Amino acid sequence: MGNNTQRRKERIDRGIKVRTDGIYALMSIRELSYLALPRLVLIFGMLVLPLLLPGMYWQRVITITCIYALLALSFDFLAHFVGLVSLGGAFFVGVGGYMAAIMNTTLGLPPWATVPLAALAGGGICTLLLLPCLPLRGVYFAIVSLMYPLFVARLIEALNILGGTDGITGIDSFTNRWAEQYFIIGVLLLLLFGVRRLVNTDIGLVLRGVKDNDQAIRASGMNVTLYKAMAVYIASAMGCLGGACLVHIYMWSGISQFALDFSILPIAATVIGGGGTLVGPVLGCLILVPISELLRDFGTLRIVFYALILVAFIIFRSEGIMVYGRRKYQQFERWTRI
Amino acid sequence: MNPDMKPDMKPDAEKEPILRVEKVSKAFGGIQALNGVSFEVHAGEILGIIGPNGSGKTTVVNCITGFIKKTSGHVFFRGRDISDKPPHKIADMGITRTFQIMRPYFTLPAYKNLVIPLFSPRAKRTGGWRGGGRLGDRNTVSIDILEEIGFERDSYVPYKTASTLPTGYLKRLELARCLALKPEIIICDEVFSGLSMSEIASMVPLIERLQMEGITLIMIEHRLRELFRVANRIMVLNFGEKLTEGSSEEVMADERVREAYFGSQKVEEVMRHA
Repeated sequence: MGNNTQRRKERIDRGIKVRTDGIYALMSIRELSYLALPRLVLIFGMLVLPLLLPGMYWQRVITITCIYALLALSFDFLAHFVGLVSLGGAFFVGVGGYMAAIMNTTLGLPPWATVPLAALAGGGICTLLLLPCLPLRGVYFAIVSLMYPLFVARLIEALNILGGTDGITGIDSFTNRWAEQYFIIGVLLLLLFGVRRLVNTDIGLVLRGVKDNDQAIRASGMNVTLYKAMAVYIASAMGCLGGACLVHIYMWSGISQFALDFSILPIAATVIGGGGTLVGPVLGCLILVPISELLRDFGTLRIVFYALILVAFIIFRSEGIMVYGRRKYQQFERWTRI
Repeated sequence: MNPDMKPDMKPDAEKEPILRVEKVSKAFGGIQALNGVSFEVHAGEILGIIGPNGSGKTTVVNCITGFIKKTSGHVFFRGRDISDKPPHKIADMGITRTFQIMRPYFTLPAYKNLVIPLFSPRAKRTGGWRGGGRLGDRNTVSIDILEEIGFERDSYVPYKTASTLPTGYLKRLELARCLALKPEIIICDEVFSGLSMSEIASMVPLIERLQMEGITLIMIEHRLRELFRVANRIMVLNFGEKLTEGSSEEVMADERVREAYFGSQKVEEVMRHA
């Protein structure tokens, strides 16, 4: 720049930063678009993705990715906003899946009824069963919640209930594969922005308070277990919703729904995407699940490459993509006249 | 104290204590932290609890507020037995406490720290400190309370993240968290410790004002000189037992207190250094 004397660099978010949250941005299209751009990219990206991908196979991968993203979202919400590190993702998926399967095969309810019912009722069942563990914190809650999916899976296997090792078959699929695709994408986006909104409301602040200092919450006359149960209900209902969708996609429900993949992959996605950002885990799933599919060609070496990618992420971008990306986005500069 | 300041105080309030602690004991394994401690707190007074390190002062607070389970004994609030109630129920009745180790919600701005207690059932019922039974917008109420307790409204202080606040403000934030519930009793666990002389000097009028408004205070302190300025009555604990209680002069004149608390030194000498 030759005429540096009349121009200087300024951060794009300068005008936004100085104002408190809530009342920013409505002053110019430019600042409004600065704020809205990342959100719009995410929304339109998710909506367009199935159209861009070739063939049914990859569209199915996107659907599965969205289910994992729901689990990652629920993990991030519980871990970073309530302080409960839950390894119970598989438990949520399994409970939701079996609920939907039973409702579909014995009561004859169509998928559009079983999915929301399985989410609401399954969330209730998961919360009830996890209720005794709620006083636990941190790694202790993680250990106990890891036990739940294993416990139920072995129970079904040993007692030969709910179809035993064969699982429940003959479940209706979604009527239309586009409906299935966009239903799940729509639900994911709605829940993503819903949870983001929730953690900034007053009740969300209380939940974050439970994470920061549950003694002070008690001393303020609030029942910590009640709020934890509420958060677990929200998170497990999201997981159950994913599980119910999964069952209708595969038209089969079995003990593989309690597989630990559903507990572990969301955590890896949260690490890669950036914990505490809520969007990060979704992005993490969008990266991890397709990579895992691409690596199928390598057979058993798949896990090796997968592990290498994870390790590389943790070493080089340990803060997570979303945290890094947000920081860089806020550092964009523009030239302004002095 | 001027009784006109407290219109809601009943004439027989001096006879019927607002809080009665009866033979409370607590053992941590083999260690007897509290051994049959009994005392009464009257409505509107400031009771100071002092004692050497490890004498069971904080354990008393934890037993009253339900944060730890008593081995034996009872606590009565306005004649009602609250011994077996969980901490949130006790706080809901109006017995609030500060913590010796301040742990605000570090990631939140100061005023958002107060929005959390304002979300509690008691705050909704009472409207918070000064609230006339109706709770307004939580953010506004929170900034009002912070202003009254010493956060300058028009400065940036109420909006600062709690982790960046100095100790003096954090102590006030702890008090504000209690006040958000419109409490009847505040139990202050060492609100003066860690503060500079000037910070304490500005804290003392605040404590006095809370008393004027009819709030009963129990103060655990190591800063004796400041405590004696505000407290009406002093109770001394030693090795989990009540040594004595009375006015600050009576307590300081007690030979046993001198020995337990100050060793063999002269009280005057210690006070000079306090």
